[in-house]
Amino acid sequence: MADKILKKLNIKVWRQKNAADKGRFETYTIENISTGSSFLEMLDILNDKLIIDGQDPIAFDHDCREGICGTCSLYINGRPHGPDTEVTTCQLHMRKFNDGETITIEPWRAKAFPVIKDLVVDRTAFEKILRAGGFISVNTGGVPDANAIPVPYEDAEESMDAAACIGCGACVAACKNSSAMLFVSAKVSHLAKLPQGKVEAKKRARRMVAKMDELGFGGCTNTGACEVECPKSISITNIARLNREYLLARFSE
Amino acid sequence: MSILNSKIPEGPLAEKWSRHKAGIKVVSPANKRKLDIIVVGTGLGGASAAASLAELGYNVKAFCYQDSPRRAHSIAAQGGINAAKNYQNDNDSVFRLFYDTIKGGDYRSREANVYRLAEVSPNIIDQCVAQGVPFGREYGGLLANRSFGGVLVSRTFYARGQTGQQLLLGAYQAMNRQIDKGNVEMYSRHEMLDVVIVDGKARGIIARDLVTGEIKRFGAHAVVVATGGYGNVFFLSTNAMGSNGSAAWQCYKKGAFFANPCFVQIHPTCIPVHGDQQSKLTLMSESLRNDGRVWVPKKKEDAEKLRKGEIGPNDIAEDDRDFYLERRYPSYGNLVPRDVASRAAKERCDEGFGVNAEGKAVYLDFKYAIERLGKDVIKARYGNLFQMYEKITDVDPYKEPMMIYPAIHYSMGGSWVDYNLMTTVSGLYSIGEANFSDHGANRLGASALMQGLADGYFVLPYTIGDYLANEIMTPKADTNTPEFEEAEKAVTSRIEKLYNIKGSKPVDYFHKKLGQVMWDYVGMSRNEEGLKKAVQLIREIRDEFWKDVKVPGELDNLNPELEKAGRVADFFDIGELMALDALNRNESCGGHFREESVTEDGEAKRNDKSFTYVSSWEYKGEGQEPVLHKEDLVFENVELTQRSYK
Repeated sequence: MADKILKKLNIKVWRQKNAADKGRFETYTIENISTGSSFLEMLDILNDKLIIDGQDPIAFDHDCREGICGTCSLYINGRPHGPDTEVTTCQLHMRKFNDGETITIEPWRAKAFPVIKDLVVDRTAFEKILRAGGFISVNTGGVPDANAIPVPYEDAEESMDAAACIGCGACVAACKNSSAMLFVSAKVSHLAKLPQGKVEAKKRARRMVAKMDELGFGGCTNTGACEVECPKSISITNIARLNREYLLARFSE
Repeated sequence: MSILNSKIPEGPLAEKWSRHKAGIKVVSPANKRKLDIIVVGTGLGGASAAASLAELGYNVKAFCYQDSPRRAHSIAAQGGINAAKNYQNDNDSVFRLFYDTIKGGDYRSREANVYRLAEVSPNIIDQCVAQGVPFGREYGGLLANRSFGGVLVSRTFYARGQTGQQLLLGAYQAMNRQIDKGNVEMYSRHEMLDVVIVDGKARGIIARDLVTGEIKRFGAHAVVVATGGYGNVFFLSTNAMGSNGSAAWQCYKKGAFFANPCFVQIHPTCIPVHGDQQSKLTLMSESLRNDGRVWVPKKKEDAEKLRKGEIGPNDIAEDDRDFYLERRYPSYGNLVPRDVASRAAKERCDEGFGVNAEGKAVYLDFKYAIERLGKDVIKARYGNLFQMYEKITDVDPYKEPMMIYPAIHYSMGGSWVDYNLMTTVSGLYSIGEANFSDHGANRLGASALMQGLADGYFVLPYTIGDYLANEIMTPKADTNTPEFEEAEKAVTSRIEKLYNIKGSKPVDYFHKKLGQVMWDYVGMSRNEEGLKKAVQLIREIRDEFWKDVKVPGELDNLNPELEKAGRVADFFDIGELMALDALNRNESCGGHFREESVTEDGEAKRNDKSFTYVSSWEYKGEGQEPVLHKEDLVFENVELTQRSYK
């Protein structure tokens, strides 16, 4: 439990100047990292060292550093968000690594997520999918009292389970097909489980799936890697629900 | 007579907002189409405003520095949102929420604004439910509530420990719908670096495209700043790494007065600092104080053994535990407001009862709740928070109490705004945490989400019309005017200046140094000598920064260090103004504790005779002392009493 010091680590990291650059791995060494430090704190320390040495620091996405904003990514030692379960990279701590270890860090790899620089990727494709229908069409004002529509406890809980998605993209990075099905199904399920969301459920499923296909995400072949790597434990039963909603939508056309 | 006109409507408190709405101008649908509004920041305030304004028919351009608007730091709010629904039949009401907020803010906020906030609060819950926010429910299918600090009723709505996330997704989805319709143009990875004023009116912004480095001009008929607080001036805080005060600060430099900068909230329940490699602090929701009991050992020798790791918390006998909040504040117990709980923790640790290696932690213990309710109930209520705690600390809070310590969390201070949420610059609005408006000297838990959404959904969309009704003949802003030219030039030359220093130390070196000074002298406990010293030290570190900072990378590429450098440069100035404001306010109120102003038993002592005003600061130019303008606070509906939670 007490923090120890990792005397030396080798950090093998993907460096890519911009979207046009081909990119390559570089290896750096770093010393005296506390096991109580977070993975991103380790990268902060490495970056300060690079800056002082006159090198360009490693660009990586991060913001809240408490596992909820979904900004941080990083494919660490072959796993999205690294070697721990139910955490984002910012919650990953150095106690999960051993002294002297070589840690390999890559960006999310998917056609729909082009690299911007180093470990930073462009996830605008996720935005586009949500804009195509990931909402309930109500304007501000003129809505009924919040308790006017009772929602069964279980339905609200299931909706919340799906709504917990943080949009980080780990599911796409984990999938050999770079499929976005877990992400899309989480939003479709979140809204379809609620009476308010049922009204336009069909249109929503149809439009979001069409947009997903258009943006170059792969198909789902039910390997389940997405569920394993999802930091919020979003279940693949949501994908089954999406398939059902989508089929219903297509049959009713 | 103050030059500040708060524009508080006449009439009885409960009728002010209705009367005001009836009296202000409305823009016709045909004219709304001709009007452009810029919204900077896409948290609860910004996203709800952008969506609502676009629904009304305005053309909205929205900006955020994150890669997606959904990542704004509102997302991290855990515990809940208050609303005067009285669904629990526990005698809650608009007036009670108003009163709790005024009292919780230690009588340093405006009655009229706070009443309006309480008045629109029920609408927020209706709106969110309609959008599909999956609030916690009872088995009968109706909405559930929990309690928060500083109140005696259950009025907090929640979505597990992820309420901020779910509310933000609701607003974000409403905004996405408008993006899909073409009514909102979204600019992600864009940072506002200046506001452009033409003929005394805000007419646009200068922003940097963070991916290409391009400096761009954007024009509009009004500008809304919803960029959150400036807590990161302390380096370590619960804010996101990118949260910053720069947008509000640029507005200040262009004439928008800055109010109550010294009012920052220190949250009592955060995971304590470990070692010296830490980059940020993680909050543990206030809702945990519903079921957790706060304690330290009664005996100093026990505390010493705990610090050395010789014994664990479970080795301390029941009778040797000091539940100091329950002891000092029997009527509110563990649910005293945040400022009171934070100071009490600091007091115990300063006296030598701290329980971690650094001596800066107290226990938050769920043993008693687990005995009373069972582990499953506690898990259902706080499961994700317990999991987060264990991942960070490697300690299982179901078996051992959590260790917690206060940390910087929220800024009550911000841009001064009138009742319409307009700053002292015409056409420039500030909403949510970015303004000073509703929380006085201390914010109650679960009220930040309420304020952000109240401003964005139900206040600004009305009040901005009153201004824009006079702008319907104004053509679209021309961004090729000398004003835009000059603003862009200033932004570019500042960036080049930072980049060309080519010193020897990274930005974080200076930020950490500033943060330490702020925490030591402008933190939980302040005095005249320390504050004067802080001003001196901040100026020294700032001088060093401008001589020796090293900004690597390129100007025309993604460059996080350059972004940070600009924000930290502003933090020096903000920190200095905070210290000056704290120096001026020689009273203790809310989160602002002056050691010179305490009661006999060591509680904070307000000085209503001398300080019942909003401190509003006017920028006078670089190197010049800012000028203080006072807005006197008038209380017609509540009696000012010394807060007591005993």
